[in-house]
Amino acid sequence: MTLYQIAFLVAAFLTLIAALMTVSSPSMVHSALWLILTLGGIAVLFLLLNAGFLAVVQVAVYIDAIAIMIIIVVMLTQGAVRQQLRQVSRTWWGAAVAAILLFVSLLVIFVQSPQLASTAPTLVPSQETILKDLGQSLVDVNRYILPFEIASVLLLAALIGSIIVAWPIRRPGQEEGER
Amino acid sequence: MIPLSWYIIFAGLLFCVGLYGALARRNALAILIAIEIMLNAVNINLVAFWRYITPEKVSGQAFALIVFAVAASEAAVGLALIISLYRKRRTVAVEEIDMLKW
Repeated sequence: MTLYQIAFLVAAFLTLIAALMTVSSPSMVHSALWLILTLGGIAVLFLLLNAGFLAVVQVAVYIDAIAIMIIIVVMLTQGAVRQQLRQVSRTWWGAAVAAILLFVSLLVIFVQSPQLASTAPTLVPSQETILKDLGQSLVDVNRYILPFEIASVLLLAALIGSIIVAWPIRRPGQEEGER
Repeated sequence: MIPLSWYIIFAGLLFCVGLYGALARRNALAILIAIEIMLNAVNINLVAFWRYITPEKVSGQAFALIVFAVAASEAAVGLALIISLYRKRRTVAVEEIDMLKW
């Protein structure tokens, strides 16, 4: 049992517990806070996988932007959450059976491919080389420039689309600027 | 070192937890949160395969970055929809959202 393995087990255990609390907590605010712990645990796993840049992006994009945005929306829709008592639907057991079935079938596929289980980690180039290569590959014409540009257009479309969708409704007869 | 199988099993477990949340919750926000958990589980697998099988190519990390961008835009549009829906119907429960049913 090396130090890395212990670190992995602790991070993975905490992440799973936090994820379970996220999907089962009756209060949406608690659920969003547990989500932050889940995302932080995943950032630790990225660090253990020598993907330091992705760990930073995980903290900056997921914890900083998405989780905070979710908490703000939870607070904005608090009134609806307080009215409804049940958080899970009547057929929650069906969802649990589907999730367990999926995990069992994934496990069966995994056991049938022994080359995956025995793969040892290969030597990885230094952190600077990876980062340089990653940055160049995203703007290289022969590599990933197309998905990169499509992602930027997608982000712009999502930006404009979410502004339009969340624009306040104007009822007829209502004065401009009055809500 | 950590075996690759640990990462795969952990990502599978996390994905199934997210799937349960997406199917069982009534709150549209909780479903969005569960989908974020599922996307994260996929990202762990992408990075683990990059690290253990093809560390000389950065394709796994580049793919994970694209997944980040898609997850961010999906969260933005989803949250905007929830806010707009809450203004119109005063609810975030998914079974009460039946405007497209006929």
